[in-house]
Amino acid sequence: MRPTAPLILAAAATVIAAGSLTACSSGSGSSPDTVKIAYQRSTNNKVLVMDNYLEAVKKDFEKANPGKKVKLIPIQADENAYYTKIQQMMRSSKTAPDLVYEDTFLINSDIKSGYLAPIDKYLAKWPSWDQFLPTAKTAAKAQDGKTYGVPDGTDTRGIWFNKDIFKKAGLPTDWQPKSWAEILDAARTIKQKVPGTIPLNIYTGKGPGEAAVMQGFEMLLYGTGADPLYDTASSKWVAGGQGFKDSLSFVNTVFSEKLGPQQSDALDPNVGTQVQTDWLPNGKLAIDIDGSWMGNQWLPTGGKPWPEWSTVLGQTAMPTQNGQAPGKVSMSGGWIYSIPAKSKNQDLAWKMIETLQTKQNAVKWTIQGAQIAVRKDVAADPDYLKSSPGVDFFTGLVQYTHYRPALPVYPQISTAIGEAMEAVTTGDAKPDAAAKTYDDSLKTIAGDAVVNKG
Amino acid sequence: MRRAGRFGWLPLTPAVVLLLVFLAGPIGYCVYIAFTNMQLTGSSSTDFVGFANFRRAFADPVFRNAVWLTLVFTVISSLVGQNSLGLLLATLMRRASKPVRTLTGAFVIAAWVLPEIVAAFLLYAFFRREGTLNGILDWLHLPSQNWLYTLPIIAVSFANVWRGTAFSMLIYSAALGEIPQDITEAAEVDGASGLRRFWHITLPMIRRSIATNLMLNTLQTLSVFGLIWAMTRGGPGNRSETLPVFMYDQAFNKSLIGYGTAVALLLLLISSLFSVVYLRLLKTEV
Repeated sequence: MRPTAPLILAAAATVIAAGSLTACSSGSGSSPDTVKIAYQRSTNNKVLVMDNYLEAVKKDFEKANPGKKVKLIPIQADENAYYTKIQQMMRSSKTAPDLVYEDTFLINSDIKSGYLAPIDKYLAKWPSWDQFLPTAKTAAKAQDGKTYGVPDGTDTRGIWFNKDIFKKAGLPTDWQPKSWAEILDAARTIKQKVPGTIPLNIYTGKGPGEAAVMQGFEMLLYGTGADPLYDTASSKWVAGGQGFKDSLSFVNTVFSEKLGPQQSDALDPNVGTQVQTDWLPNGKLAIDIDGSWMGNQWLPTGGKPWPEWSTVLGQTAMPTQNGQAPGKVSMSGGWIYSIPAKSKNQDLAWKMIETLQTKQNAVKWTIQGAQIAVRKDVAADPDYLKSSPGVDFFTGLVQYTHYRPALPVYPQISTAIGEAMEAVTTGDAKPDAAAKTYDDSLKTIAGDAVVNKG
Repeated sequence: MRRAGRFGWLPLTPAVVLLLVFLAGPIGYCVYIAFTNMQLTGSSSTDFVGFANFRRAFADPVFRNAVWLTLVFTVISSLVGQNSLGLLLATLMRRASKPVRTLTGAFVIAAWVLPEIVAAFLLYAFFRREGTLNGILDWLHLPSQNWLYTLPIIAVSFANVWRGTAFSMLIYSAALGEIPQDITEAAEVDGASGLRRFWHITLPMIRRSIATNLMLNTLQTLSVFGLIWAMTRGGPGNRSETLPVFMYDQAFNKSLIGYGTAVALLLLLISSLFSVVYLRLLKTEV
């Protein structure tokens, strides 16, 4: 081989390295008569709840608007990869979809990047907007006072538990823990009396991403006191909080005492799918700190129909740390439809939102997607109220719920929390050390906007 | 040499233009981004920040951990694994019967031609807790391990060896084939044992191939991403997070495109250091 060849190869290696940063795009020809919708498809191929719903709305839309077409762009990925993908798509007008389905925690961050278009002019002429609850309206409102999306539901979080396993362990089937200690005690009892089952699942680590941070960590953290993550009075992020360390200690306890799943399973990005379609339905898991939407998989239309779930599973609220007032805690989020700033069919995209949010479609989605209603007319609909046995329980948690500090840096802070959780889950760091690392990243991410409460 | 005419450069132009557009262009753009604070989300403006990204990298223990793991991964899987195993296979195969040779060759090359992600999935299935390896260990009544969790960097290194050995084997097979038969025979007549012949004749004669092979292996291994990402995602914790994985995590999970690109440039620097060392080796051996 001639000596020049290695140089060429070295250059080729460079291109590979550079290419992995610039690659990734999903080009599709833009046409003024086609509205393109990007949404997340479950990593479980059997789960097509959203696909089926959008397919039906697509037919409605194309029938009502002759000559217009809807192109569905399903992105099959776990949550983190989905966000990365749509952000890359929205960067360029060549790839930007006309409608994206986004988690509300991302919205301010994406608005700040200039990815989304305000929709106030459309909302002003839209009668249905009055039906939305005030909190839902603020979910998509940015710091500039403009609204950037229409929410199609919300969610709350609590504890699901398997009554059969509780019976075997001699625990009450109308279980209502009053503190973290009572949750851990129940898990310890189950570990002892019903070997072979996973006593307690709490989402953790970098793999599950925002699911771990919200369903896992923040369900603990917001039960430790007021403003444990972001101090609204001073508009600063909280470093050195005792609640933060305590929450990490809880996670650490679960995994070091082997009360949770195997660490490698817990850190798997697809653990959520596994909980929903395997561990709970097959009686492998006793207690699961999870969301209101779990039931959508178990409906006859879901990915894992499980008619017995309403008799096997109980639901109870997540308690605060030591039972301090108000005694219960929940977190809420929800997803919205937004129009990317670089979409060339914004008017048509808005028409699609209107079609998605006719009352009939809104009710249909709220039921099929196991959402908590954000519209008064949907919330009062008899079909919604009897759609699944858990609906009233999770709707009742709305009064205890917290929203994440939806600021532009939140997604980065969420990643830092995920890392701290992972460190205490694997045992790589003690809770104090992991909290210290989090404080350091907080300073890198938020700069001066940090207040020390240590 | 025949002197080129006035327009002798003309035929070269398309190639040069292509190189500029597709090679120099992206690299130049990457160099530019590495000195900015570009983000995927959370900021619309992109400012020039000088060496801030590089200072940040060197101050970051996770980055230093990634550099260390990259070296471990490269030494275990490329220098020791692929290279030595490839040489061993090539030597053994010269003596083997034809069917054995064909069969071994087919297996090893099959591992090599598999797309990276397919290979990664196969090895994930092999190493995972309920995977093949633990199945075999159970059957032999040996203690099993959660390999991807307890020894992630070893598991991905092994995966890289499995995948990349074929390449070394092919290079060494070609090199060994070029050693003149009479030299080996002469040594044999002189009474040199197999090991001595290998040490004093074979190795010196294929030195250049060794250097070339080491260089190609190292560069390839330094940029391995898909294999590690699919098997462990750099985890648990940061225990298998090599530089390419660290770079992806910063750029796309944390949305810090500028910082991620700076790390990519540092990776490039490390690759070129290796290249320079190997190039010098090549030169002195001519």
